[in-house]
Order: sequence, then structure tokens, then C-alpha cells
Amino acid sequence: MATSPTSKQLTALKTAVFVLALLPFLRMAYLIATGQPVDPVAFLTHGSGDWALYLLCATLAVTPLRRIMSSRSASWNWLVRLRRMLGLYTFFYAALHFLTFFWFDHDFDVAAMWKDVLKRPFITVGFIAFVLLTPLAATSTNAMIKRLGRNWARLHKLIYAVAPLAILHYWWMKAAKHNFEQPIIWGVVVAVLLGLRVWWSVSRKPAKLAPSVRS
Amino acid sequence: MLIKRNPNGIDLPFPSEITPQEVYEDRRRFMARIAATAAAGTSLWELANRAAFAQGAPAQKLAATRSAAFSTNEKATPFSDATHYNNFYEFGTDKSDPAENAGSLRTRPWTVQIDGEVKKPLTLDIDQLLKLAPLEERIYRLRCVEGWSMVIPWVGYSLSNLIKQVEPTGNAKYVEFTSLADKRQMPGVNSRVLDWPYTEGLRMDEAMHPLALLTVGMYGQVLANQNGAPVRVIVPWKYGFKSAKSIVRIRFVRDQPRTSWNVSAPNEYGFYSNVNPNVDHPRWSQASERRIGEGGLFTPKHKTLLFNGYDQVASLYSGMDLKKFY
Repeated sequence: MATSPTSKQLTALKTAVFVLALLPFLRMAYLIATGQPVDPVAFLTHGSGDWALYLLCATLAVTPLRRIMSSRSASWNWLVRLRRMLGLYTFFYAALHFLTFFWFDHDFDVAAMWKDVLKRPFITVGFIAFVLLTPLAATSTNAMIKRLGRNWARLHKLIYAVAPLAILHYWWMKAAKHNFEQPIIWGVVVAVLLGLRVWWSVSRKPAKLAPSVRS
Repeated sequence: MLIKRNPNGIDLPFPSEITPQEVYEDRRRFMARIAATAAAGTSLWELANRAAFAQGAPAQKLAATRSAAFSTNEKATPFSDATHYNNFYEFGTDKSDPAENAGSLRTRPWTVQIDGEVKKPLTLDIDQLLKLAPLEERIYRLRCVEGWSMVIPWVGYSLSNLIKQVEPTGNAKYVEFTSLADKRQMPGVNSRVLDWPYTEGLRMDEAMHPLALLTVGMYGQVLANQNGAPVRVIVPWKYGFKSAKSIVRIRFVRDQPRTSWNVSAPNEYGFYSNVNPNVDHPRWSQASERRIGEGGLFTPKHKTLLFNGYDQVASLYSGMDLKKFY
């Protein structure tokens, strides 16, 4: 029977998640440093974007998982203790994605970057998604949570806008090549994760904490 | 030495001088693996046969005369990059897919049907094509529409040599190239990424331009499967996708042929698709390019040149609005 992890176990779990989520970055850094990707700019652009999306989905999966898995006999509420780290990693890979674009595509030329952002819709939405992520990362400390109080939760609802924008960015990027397999897969994931929230809020059912013990 | 000789005692071809070291080292490792397996008891004859079809097998060499007039003196892209970073959607959409999947392509027997508005329609097999005109080696820049570029020593001859053989009629205004689309050999053809078979086209005067190369080899050997074996065209002043691979039909037509990328995304890929730094792709600028194989993240990009630097084709488009006919 599952029980909540002890604080020691939780620390170990957090360390494991920290290392696991860092591995894609380390792998990309290693491959680029050893000159292995044929087109390193494209490799880093795609890799950072992919992992920002994967971690965004992982962050958004915390609440539904907690609700679905929890029962009278087992609380999965401890999952929420991993959410901040997943969210910050999402920002980390998104920032890497943006930095690759700003640095290697535009050589830190702000005017050229703005022109690109305004001219190309897929970049516009990607840029908006990144801008919206920034305050969430900036207000992730305990002090900020305390200081913002109820507004903190309101502010962090921005993630519900970020996720569809990220999918749209991906979708439009792949559109010209009709290569929709990946955007469809992750679009469905995001749709389910957000759809569950809509469903729960519309049906106003209490969290499924006490399923029937008949059987 | 075992690793240098095949069972018939014939020296295996040595890598051409243009082949980077890691490539022939790769081959030596491959042969050493073969030898090691042989020691384990498998018959050498069987191994030699298997090696001939394996991806790492040494390719057949092609003798060709370097054409200095048509060659750039820029440094050639490493062979391993040119053969492992490809867009050939018949074998998958990732750049690494063609190298992984193109081993299943059978390049012999192979015939090319040449017909349409011509007086003498022909069907030529690959050996006839190889002998149709003297082979030249031409080192061309290759600019991909995606914003990267390579420098590749191709082997072939001007497409005009072939065109003259079939005597196009006055009605032949365009040439259409059709690539092989065989699901059994090409796993990517099962996907609906493009409308198969892949077709491309040129205006007659473009196809007759001496730079337009009917290509059968690269780096001194026959084309690698993933680069469009056994025969393709190379049109160096246009984005790479205009240069159809693994061609099975060349048809001369009156009207501008439908071309795969143009059908797929007409606002992004025009029929002409001349390399042009002043005409952006809707999703990115075409002003500069990343030269593959030159270094890492911090290597500066190259400025993209109009017609990919092949100014001699400019007269083909005099009076045309290149922004409109992109």
C-alpha cells in the first residue's frame, strides 16, 4: 500500500528528478562540445524546444496525477512538492531555446530579433509563451509565494495560456512540412491535461479522495 | 594484410584524396569487424557479399575529370556530414533518417524513362547513363532552403547532354523529374508528409544551362543511396529541394509541371526557388547560411549570395520579378 514518502525519501526523489531533468542539457552540451551534431545550432534549437515542452507537460501533469491517484488509503499530494522544480526546468529549457535563437540566429541584435518576432507568427507565439513564463519563474521562491498571497495562484494560472501557445508555436513550425506527428502527440497531451481541469471545474465534483469501499 | 584485401586478393579501393580521414578509418574498422567475424567461422565469400550491400561498404569509384571552370575552391564538406545530414523524405523526415534507412534502396537494375514532347523517347539503364557523356567532377555549393549549406564534389555531366539525345520538340517548355516512390524500398513513402512520387521541374532554358548537372556520383564514387543514388540532378543556383533524387522519369512538357513542395506549401516554396538572400522564407530569413562541417555553435555564418553565387544564370531571369517568382 502506497504511503507518502518520508522527508528523507522526498529529498532523494527531488535530487533524482533534478539530475534526470538536467541530463538532456548535459547530453546536448557534451555532444556540441565534442563536435558531434552536424548542425549544432539546429540541434540545440530543437533539443531545447523539445525539452521545454516535455517538462511543461510534466509540470502540468502534477495536479491531475495527484487527483487521480489519491484515494483514502494513499495520498499522492506529495507530488506537488516536485512541481516547482519541474516548472523551473521548463523555464530553463525555454530560456535556452530563446537564447539559442537570440544568440546564434541573431547575434544578440535586438532590432533583428524584434523584426523576426513581429514578422513570423510562429515566432511571435513562441516569444509570447516565453515572456509569460518569465514572471512565473521569477515568483517561484517561498518569499514571493508568501508576499503575493492569493495573487500568486492567480498569476500562475498563466501556465494555462503558455501551454497552448507552445503547441501552436510547434504546430506552425512544422506546418509547412506537413509533419504533424509530434505536434499532434503533444497537443493531445496538453489538451488532456487542461481538459481535465476544465472538466473538474465545470462538474464541480470534489477531488476523488474517497472512492467507495464497497466492492 | 587481411584487412586490406578481399577474398579475391584484389586491393580494395583506397579513399580518394578528398575523403576525410575519419571516413576511411570507419571503413577500416568495418573491414576489421568483418575479419573478426570471419575468424569466428563464417565463410569469407558470404561476408564479402554481405559487405557489398552493407552501408559501410566501400562504394564503387568513379573516374572523372575535375572541371575547374565549374568548381568552387571552397573547402569541401566532410564526406560523413554530406552523407549523414540529408533531406530525403522517402526515407524519413529526420536529417539522420536517410543514412539509416536508405540501405534498402536497390540502385541496380535501374532505368530512367525519358519521354513527353521529344522526337526520340528513350529508356536508359544506369550503365548507359554513365557512358552517355564524359564524367566531370564539379565542386558546387549546395544551399538548402532551411538555411544551411554544404560544398560537395559531384560527379556527372551537363543535363543538356542527355536532353540533346532525345531531341525535344518545340512544345517542350519544361522538364519534369520524377523520383522513385516504392514503399518496399522507401519507408518514408508510407507517410503522408508529401504527395508521392516526388516531382520537381525546371524551365527548358534552366535545364539546358551547362551548370545543371545530371549527377551519378560524389566524392569520387557513386552516389550514396541517401544522396539520391543512382542518378539525380543538381541545380546549384536553386535551393536543394529543386534537385530531384533517385530519378526514374524525365518528361518534357508544355506547361509548368506541378512540383511536390510547391503543391504542399505554395506560399513557402515557389516553382523557381532560386537562392535569393533578398526574398525571405515566410518563417525565416534567407540572408545568411550555416556552412555544415565548419565548426561549432560559434562559427560565423556565411552571407547567402544571389543565385548561390552562380551569377552566370542571371540572364535566364532578366526582366523577371524574383520576389513574385520566388
